[in-house]
Amino acid sequence: MFCEKAVELIRELHRAPDGQLPAFNEDGIRQVLEEMKALYEQNQSDVLPSGGSHPLPPYALLVRCSLFVLFFFLRYDRLLRIRALRWEYGSILPSTIQFHMSAEEMEWFNHYKKSLATYMRSLGGDEGLDITQDMKPPKSLYIEVRCLKDYGEFEVDDGTSILLKKNSQHFLPRWKCEQLIRQGVLEHVLS
Amino acid sequence: MSEAYFPVASGALGPEENFLSLDDILTSQEKLPVRTETALPRLGAFFVERGAGAEPDSALPQGSKLELPLWLAKGLFDNKRRILSVELPKIYQEGWRTVFSADANVVDLHKMGPHFYGFGSQLLHFDSPENVDISQSLLQTFIGRFRRIMDSSQNAYNEDTSALVSRLDEMERGLFQTGQKGLNDFQCWEKGQASQITASSLVQNYKKRKFTVMED
Repeated sequence: MFCEKAVELIRELHRAPDGQLPAFNEDGIRQVLEEMKALYEQNQSDVLPSGGSHPLPPYALLVRCSLFVLFFFLRYDRLLRIRALRWEYGSILPSTIQFHMSAEEMEWFNHYKKSLATYMRSLGGDEGLDITQDMKPPKSLYIEVRCLKDYGEFEVDDGTSILLKKNSQHFLPRWKCEQLIRQGVLEHVLS
Repeated sequence: MSEAYFPVASGALGPEENFLSLDDILTSQEKLPVRTETALPRLGAFFVERGAGAEPDSALPQGSKLELPLWLAKGLFDNKRRILSVELPKIYQEGWRTVFSADANVVDLHKMGPHFYGFGSQLLHFDSPENVDISQSLLQTFIGRFRRIMDSSQNAYNEDTSALVSRLDEMERGLFQTGQKGLNDFQCWEKGQASQITASSLVQNYKKRKFTVMED
């Protein structure tokens, strides 16, 4: 009655540590929507017969307004987390995360990816500028990396390919490795 | 914390809460004891335990005592006090205020309502005659506790901090975490790791979760 269900969903979000995205609680959202609908209909029947101004602010209206807020927030905060995923994970999300998103959220993610890509292409002249790279100021062009798990073949700029096996170390150009380091495949080794 | 996730900040300490802030939503969900000043039509069915009838059209009698969440109490509160009057929760009353002024550090603010400062600040909207005292008390309590929070957050490096934060309310915990982050970043820079590209903490957390799911 005091939007407990909706608040429960919000607490779920609050509990997810570090901005992670919990699974999309389809049942929960549906229940909240039904509660909103029921209150709206109840409110309609309250307002219509009396006609003129109601002496008290309709209580059900207040409850419904907060349900709207909570509902909107659920969507909004999830979108903030999904946006963070693009910056931290890259443009392809692993299936475990995709599993946690609803179809509309996936669509939103694709739109965001496209907007970001269009923007990046428009910067820095003909080639565009990848602003998701170099998140920390680079100190050198080439870096030493160690492989954390088996990844397979990896092609370098001059055409040679390198086999990334667990615990192998390589000296590679920074821009090629950055993505893999952020995804946890490689580890940046400081000498 | 994930570097790319920027949640909406809490506004509870200021004049109004932030619509989209997770902390504010949870703060305003906390309950407040109120008394109805007029009969509220058609709400009798919701509060059957108050002795009102169970039929959908029965009214809630005047003078009933209820516990409403803060957002609802704020919405129904009117300056002329026609609908509700609000009672201050114990922790903001005279007795506890004296305890705080004696020594603010001993109180477990997390148990007293995890959003002590935010809720207290929003309570000032209800025009209680004790508002000045309440706001003074909030301020002095914070001043009394702040030194310890700052010291502990700046000196606890790489250790289990659960004992330090267990008696802090949510706002103080946020401060503590900010302090810790500053400390960790500085240490990282001192060790020359500031230019090291790292896997994002989000990625590492997802990996850990995947592990536990598979083990189930």
